[in-house]
Amino acid sequence: MAYDVNIVRKDFPILQREIRPGVPLVYLDSTATAQKPVSVIGAMDRFYKHSNANIHRGVHALAEESTALYENAREKIAKFINSPSDKQVIYTRNTTESINLVAYTWGRANLKSGDLVILTEMEHHSNLVPWQMLSTEKGIRLEFISVTGDGLLDLDSYQTLLTQNPKLVAFTHMSNVLGTINPAKEMIRMAHGAGAIVLLDGAQSVPHLGVDVQSLDVDFLAFSAHKMVGPTGIGALYGKENLLESMPPFLGGGDMIKVVKLRSFKPNDIPYKFEAGTPAIAEAVGFGAAVDYLVQLGMENISAHEHEITDYALERLIEIPGLKLMGPEANHKGGVAAFTLDQVHPHDVAQILDHDGIAVRAGHHCAQPLHEKFGIPASTRASFYLYSTKNEVDKLVDGLYKVKKYFG
Amino acid sequence: MDDLYREVIIEHYKNPAFRGKLDPHDLSFEDSNPLCGDHIQIDLRVDEKGVVSDARFDGQGCAISQASADLLLESVIGKSLDEIKVLNKDHILSLLGIDLGPVRLKCALLSLKVLKGGVYGMGSATDDLVE
Repeated sequence: MAYDVNIVRKDFPILQREIRPGVPLVYLDSTATAQKPVSVIGAMDRFYKHSNANIHRGVHALAEESTALYENAREKIAKFINSPSDKQVIYTRNTTESINLVAYTWGRANLKSGDLVILTEMEHHSNLVPWQMLSTEKGIRLEFISVTGDGLLDLDSYQTLLTQNPKLVAFTHMSNVLGTINPAKEMIRMAHGAGAIVLLDGAQSVPHLGVDVQSLDVDFLAFSAHKMVGPTGIGALYGKENLLESMPPFLGGGDMIKVVKLRSFKPNDIPYKFEAGTPAIAEAVGFGAAVDYLVQLGMENISAHEHEITDYALERLIEIPGLKLMGPEANHKGGVAAFTLDQVHPHDVAQILDHDGIAVRAGHHCAQPLHEKFGIPASTRASFYLYSTKNEVDKLVDGLYKVKKYFG
Repeated sequence: MDDLYREVIIEHYKNPAFRGKLDPHDLSFEDSNPLCGDHIQIDLRVDEKGVVSDARFDGQGCAISQASADLLLESVIGKSLDEIKVLNKDHILSLLGIDLGPVRLKCALLSLKVLKGGVYGMGSATDDLVE
């Protein structure tokens, strides 16, 4: 059946609302967070109304039911990324926590002063700061794959860095500003050839492209539910089994232990070793429902729809005099269009668009070094997802002409 | 939108009267809003009685932050440093003639933060200076 965006949109209650009387919402900020379909909202609502109890250890019926729902969601997520087993998927709060988990546990146990970690110039702050913190603590060395003028990673500079015996390469699968889709499979193969393991930031790629951890042969994959039509407050870390087994625990507390004595403890098996305390249970259930929703639409259909909208948006945006797009050509790019418009400050652009109900992001989008690289303090970013329409792109373009009228 | 981007704001943003640097100056301060990258530097000339005789600002930012800076400097020439110390957000809002939400308020208040932080001789400006 053909993908009908107008039918899809009916699943998202928020897309029906008006921002102000007579001004419908035009939501072009899905790269920050995606909107939620009724099936996800309903799954969480049902959990609280019908099945709520704390998970594991409980003997009563409700505890068994909630545990089953929590673990069933894990199975769905594992299957979605083609993880060889469920236990290799660890629940976290979000992508940021997943990356921090690796830095704090694997990084602290395996990296020492002088060891090289390779990052890129296009990383989100969440894949920069944890490594900077570890660098301060342990004296590890950070080097960066450079970004070319057209927004691609310079693989020659990567090749050169790989000759310096790196221990870890951590990079984004898809840039949240440029939209660049990096050649992850090739880059992972190159890293392994140099003896390094790879952490992939999948915050943008898992929701939009579909990611197969076995085909990529990636060692760690970090992603968030809320960018893939799931709830906030929950994300996941996938890891290869031998790595997860060998890593020390992350946070200490209940659930992550097998035995506790007054002065010692024995950690639990994976994944529970990394899941201390009562987790976000309803959110896990919502995460599972989000995966169901994406699977039901089909990741290929979603990607194809986004591609069509992005192509159209880029085509219409470059018509606007004074508008400069950041990032590569459409064929290397996900559904993101960051740009500058004449000398107008992105805050002013976003404010005028907001007047017409158009939600875009203005600022550095948690990628300050990348903006510095391109010599601009900030940009305006419109992003597209499975419910975006060409009509919304047209409204964006009309709004940008209005900005030009004000500041022209 | 007409409420937010009043003519006076667009006019002061496009044609600021007090943009530039003062050389020599008696006081110079600068600060940034890390959220949006807005940056403002203010130079003051102060006479022997502690009264501001001239002022200029430089920097980059949105229309609200830059227009506020221009309007603010226009309003403080002839004022004593003690008078500047008691200025708050109401002063800026009355200069702009509009009401602002919390995010844009930060843009509007950046220049006053920089000015007061400098007058108080603080290393950096803080939000409570302008409340």
